[in-house]
Amino acid sequence: MIDVNTAGEVWIFAEQRAGTLADTPLELLSKGRELADALGVKLGAVLMGQNVSGLCATLGHYGADKVYLVEDAMLAQYQANSYTRAMGELIHEHRPQIVLYGATPVGRDLAPRIASNLKAGLTADCTDLQIGDHEVKKTGSVYKNLLFQIRPAFGGNIIATIINYDRWPQMATVREGVMPMPEPDMKRKAEVVRHNVSLSAEDLPIEILREEMQGRKVNLKASRVIVAGGAGVGSKENFRLIYDLAHSLGAAPGATRAAVDLGFIDRDHQIGQTGTTVRPSLYVAVGISGAIQHHAGMSESKKIIAINNDPDAPIFSAAHYKIVGDLNAVVPMMIKAIKEKV
Amino acid sequence: MSYNCVVLVKQVPDTKRITGRAMNDDGTVNRAALPAVFNPEDLNALELALDIKDCYGGRVTVITMGLPAATTVLREALYRGADEAILVTDRRCAASDTLATSYILSCAVSKLDYDIILCGRQAIDGDTAQVGPQIAEKLGITQVTYLERVIELKGRVMVARRNMGNGWQEVRTALPVLVTVIDEANEPRVAAAKRLMKYKDAATRAELESGGDGELRCKVLTDKGLLIRQWGLDDLGADLSWCGREGSPTKVHRIQSVVLEAKESKVVEAAPAGISAMVHELIDDHTIG
Ligand SMILES: Cc1cc2nc3c(=O)[nH]c(=O)nc-3n(C[C@H](O)[C@H](O)[C@H](O)COP(=O)(O)OP(=O)(O)OC[C@H]3O[C@@H](n4cnc5c(N)ncnc54)[C@H](O)[C@@H]3O)c2cc1C
Ligand SMILES: Nc1ncnc2c1ncn2[C@@H]1O[C@H](COP(=O)(O)O)[C@@H](O)[C@H]1O
Repeated sequence: MIDVNTAGEVWIFAEQRAGTLADTPLELLSKGRELADALGVKLGAVLMGQNVSGLCATLGHYGADKVYLVEDAMLAQYQANSYTRAMGELIHEHRPQIVLYGATPVGRDLAPRIASNLKAGLTADCTDLQIGDHEVKKTGSVYKNLLFQIRPAFGGNIIATIINYDRWPQMATVREGVMPMPEPDMKRKAEVVRHNVSLSAEDLPIEILREEMQGRKVNLKASRVIVAGGAGVGSKENFRLIYDLAHSLGAAPGATRAAVDLGFIDRDHQIGQTGTTVRPSLYVAVGISGAIQHHAGMSESKKIIAINNDPDAPIFSAAHYKIVGDLNAVVPMMIKAIKEKV
Repeated sequence: MSYNCVVLVKQVPDTKRITGRAMNDDGTVNRAALPAVFNPEDLNALELALDIKDCYGGRVTVITMGLPAATTVLREALYRGADEAILVTDRRCAASDTLATSYILSCAVSKLDYDIILCGRQAIDGDTAQVGPQIAEKLGITQVTYLERVIELKGRVMVARRNMGNGWQEVRTALPVLVTVIDEANEPRVAAAKRLMKYKDAATRAELESGGDGELRCKVLTDKGLLIRQWGLDDLGADLSWCGREGSPTKVHRIQSVVLEAKESKVVEAAPAGISAMVHELIDDHTIG
């Protein structure tokens, strides 16, 4: 158990695979930077693996003040046990006040194991993090500058703000894509702090026989404009309309879970609580009702256009441009208007 | 070789079928609007355990921690083929977060002989996916999360396929192991009519005590072999400082109901003129183009 240390640093887990950083640690650095500045402490990135020291510079460019570098042949491949050992040692030694992980398959495998090891709190899948104060009503004690760990719960029907004030560190996994990517500053440099762990065969209980990892085929997160279709599009054939509109706007095609379940489009394109979270400049919702779980993944869009033939569809309360009408008529009109204007 | 499987199952509010407002005016969750169900992926975990039993033999024990009403999921597990069910219930479990829950469940599992512990990947009330790995760490055993398929069990070794959404892995590991099972793993079997008849009256002491003549009814069920085992924290020898509110580092600061916010918005006529004007505006403010 680790005692409260309000002078502790803010840390992020810099997940890498085969010597390449994913987007998530960079997104974590942008949020981490904000939190560290608000608290007046340093931002550290924990980088583990074999021959990964080349990534320290990148972490510095993206905002880390320090990189805690743990290089070991036994850390070459991610495993819950070995990574928990190494991370647990580092946290015990440096007592950071906040540790953030990406809510990736690796982050969700690792973070709970570390939390259990440290007997620390952990909040899964946060969509926002803030610094704030908490008053315990019963005793009147006020805890200042805590990490507010904000996440949807109950299938997206409520938003909960979770805190922990009596045991350190405050840990959370953060949903992929919800924090913006920071602009790199090539002049920034991070101090590198090396740490050695002594691992044994016992820390590697899993033998990976075969594996195949795909990067996501569609990069919804990077798209400035997204055209998403829902069940209202009606058929796989008719989804052509979505592709055509997307094409005319230079946009990526997205979908609701209902559209994916109906086989209109691949699951990679799903947007929402159980799909990708996006924050484009423009989101065009076509034949989408606007369920809370879908809304959770696109509500941060700067502008939203909704096309739906039901004037009472909930999507309209989130939309900047409301078009009540049949998508089969409206979408071709839009394509025509864009072609004429651009 | 046969294998003893312990399946951890949870009764959860059915977040897919909310029948009213999710929140009460006082900011608490309106449980009445959320009918209770067997956590979906825990059914996949149970199915996998039953499958292992069908292939290799052994026992399937199901554990849930919850209120007496959670016995419902234990009965459902018995209908589907579980050999034994255990309810962990105690007032002092209330307000446990995932860390405290994993401590209490690890104490319960430790009392049993196990080769494979099976959890669902995540419970739909919080979608946290934490309890499984947290138990594995407490027991000091290996975890295989996102399990899609057991490819082979041979002696004390398991080969399995994990599906992480962005890829898959085939892994080999020694038992004992804790696995978390995803919904693509299998199609859970339905209750067997014979077992349903046999176990429909099975109950826990906690359920019977809420009615009158509890003692007598407990005795009747015990004689019929239908009294579902029940453990409290004292039976588990649990350290109370790691249970319930005290054992839970995370606390709720605030809960808000989700209301779709109305933005500054325009109604666009579904005709060429209106749509053309909208496209113009978006080009002018550099949203597109
Ligand atoms: C735990 C959980 C997680 C979930 N995660 C996600 C998620 O990540 N992403 C997601 O999208 N969903 C998710 N869902 C599902 C979500 O609740 C909704 O079921 C889904 O978003 C509905 O998709 P839809 O709007 O395409 O379909 P529907 O709700 O069926 O809406 C179709 C809309 O099309 C309109 N329409 C029909 N015909 C026309 C026409 N000719 N012209 C114009 N409009 C038309 C209709 O008026 C209607 O509003 C989740 C659900 C749960 C319980
Ligand atoms: N109260 C509980 N009783 C039994 N099993 C549980 C309980 N809570 C969680 N689990 C198990 O842990 C898994 C993950 O739960 P969660 O971390 O809440 O998403 C579930 O699918 C169950 O298998």
